[in-house]
Amino acid sequence: MNLKTNTKIALLLLPAVAVILFLFVGGLIFGILQSLEVNPFTGSFRDIKIDSYKTIFATATFRTSFIMTFFIALTATFLSMVFAIITALMLRKTFVGKKLVAFTYQIPIPMPHIVVAVGVMMLLSQSGLFSRIFYHLGVTSVPSDFPVLVKDDLGIGIILVYLWKQIPYIGVIVLAILQSVATDYEEVAHSLGASKWQSFRHVLLPLIIPGITPASIVCFSFAFGAYEVPFLMGKTRPTMLSVYSYQLYESLDLVGRPQAMAVSVFVALFVMLLVVAYQKIIMKASGRS
Amino acid sequence: MSKTVKNIDTSIILIPNKVDNRNKTMISIIMLGVVVLVILPLIPMIMWAFSERWLFPTLVPENLSLRPWRSAFRAGSNVFPAFKNSLFIATVVTFVSICIGIPAGRALGMYKFRFKTLAQFFILAPSIIPGLAVTMGMHIVFIKIGLSNSVIGVMLVHLLKTIPYMTIALTGVFANYNPEFEEQARILGANKTKTFFLITLPAIAPGIITGGLFAFIISWGEYIMTVLIGGGRVITMPLLLFSFVGSGDNGMTSTLGIIFLLPTIILLIFSAKFLSQNAAGSANSYSK
Repeated sequence: MNLKTNTKIALLLLPAVAVILFLFVGGLIFGILQSLEVNPFTGSFRDIKIDSYKTIFATATFRTSFIMTFFIALTATFLSMVFAIITALMLRKTFVGKKLVAFTYQIPIPMPHIVVAVGVMMLLSQSGLFSRIFYHLGVTSVPSDFPVLVKDDLGIGIILVYLWKQIPYIGVIVLAILQSVATDYEEVAHSLGASKWQSFRHVLLPLIIPGITPASIVCFSFAFGAYEVPFLMGKTRPTMLSVYSYQLYESLDLVGRPQAMAVSVFVALFVMLLVVAYQKIIMKASGRS
Repeated sequence: MSKTVKNIDTSIILIPNKVDNRNKTMISIIMLGVVVLVILPLIPMIMWAFSERWLFPTLVPENLSLRPWRSAFRAGSNVFPAFKNSLFIATVVTFVSICIGIPAGRALGMYKFRFKTLAQFFILAPSIIPGLAVTMGMHIVFIKIGLSNSVIGVMLVHLLKTIPYMTIALTGVFANYNPEFEEQARILGANKTKTFFLITLPAIAPGIITGGLFAFIISWGEYIMTVLIGGGRVITMPLLLFSFVGSGDNGMTSTLGIIFLLPTIILLIFSAKFLSQNAAGSANSYSK
């Protein structure tokens, strides 16, 4: 590769890299500085204080919020992967009206989360459509008989919104994998006498998992850090870390901002670490098989 | 979170073995389930948007009404300015991310170079790492240089979300792109600009349109970054929607939610109509 091509590549990448360097890397560094109570313009590194980290790690709300955030993101991602594989395996069979179903399956992908959250809320809240149906079936007699699924302790409403969005998102990738390579391998496995389960477990799954790894990482980190859905569908306290961070940011307390930054920096670094670790594990596992 | 649409080319997935009748019925039932589950969250929204009153426990609204629509479209309604703001911001953000995404996608899709994986990870990082810390960190800078509470400031932070997706979409397109046509055009005497608009652009158009529509939807639906950087002064559709959710007016919330879906509906129609033939290229880009 000659120098001219290298310069060309560098120039082609320059605008994107510049924007991300200034806004993303710059923003992250400024966020870290402020979480350490260093003024990015006038302060010096001697001002560094880790008080805000100490305080938030000692706060019970932070710890329960962290567990809740981790639980919701992990559950939503894992269930999305499972249902994505199941639905994709069903979808690839031929049947009447398949095109319509395949199209419907993709509808959630470009749906804005906010609208989905609003819809699911009107469906699942105690005065929602499902609650009304249960009333007419005679199962419940007042709205409060219906289980709390929105603003609940386990974040069920939040998880359901993410499932609705993410199953098709991962599912279309599984379908692409099934279409391109998997069918041939599966036939070979079948002709060699493998049972349906065996060929799924030892042929299809090892092909699917590395293929959906990038998408599932995106799903997990999104669910872990997003604000909109937990704000609309979660409790106020404990809540997911993004909402907790913004609550601190908007609080009138002077230590609120550094603490808010500390929480959001923690979220960013935690996700970064998990992504690297997860990718290493998957690479190792797929390298072995 | 919106992503690249991967259209399913249904003609490829013919499994040769016969499906017996009982299996067929079961598949139909399961598939009906899929369709119902997808449509379900939209049903109460549509019902609320056309109702005057809908008290518990009635299953359908007591009387149909266009009240929320009338108040959304009345003169002086705050829906118009919010819609205009959102439309303007999302259009500019989309255009800029296309301009930045084309060269980046070209570099990543057509060339092999030393730090390619690093460059790829770097450009994708903003779409993976939660952006709240970044936005909060940038806020103080934007205040200092006068970009907070401004439309330009909001556009800048939206770019962080849209550039990665635009680049992914275009990397996929350029991976299947044949640059020989460009050379032919140049040999035949076309200049660089002409070659780009007559040869390159038409070839990558499907990727630009899908990626662009997605970038538009991302910017269109962004809430927390807009609130932080816009300081509540730049009112966009998501901000208005959130305020209606807070007020508990289900009719207005639903009406606004349906208006909010316009770009998504356009994208779905587009992907259903045009992309089923050209799906292979963009579909594979994600898994690479």
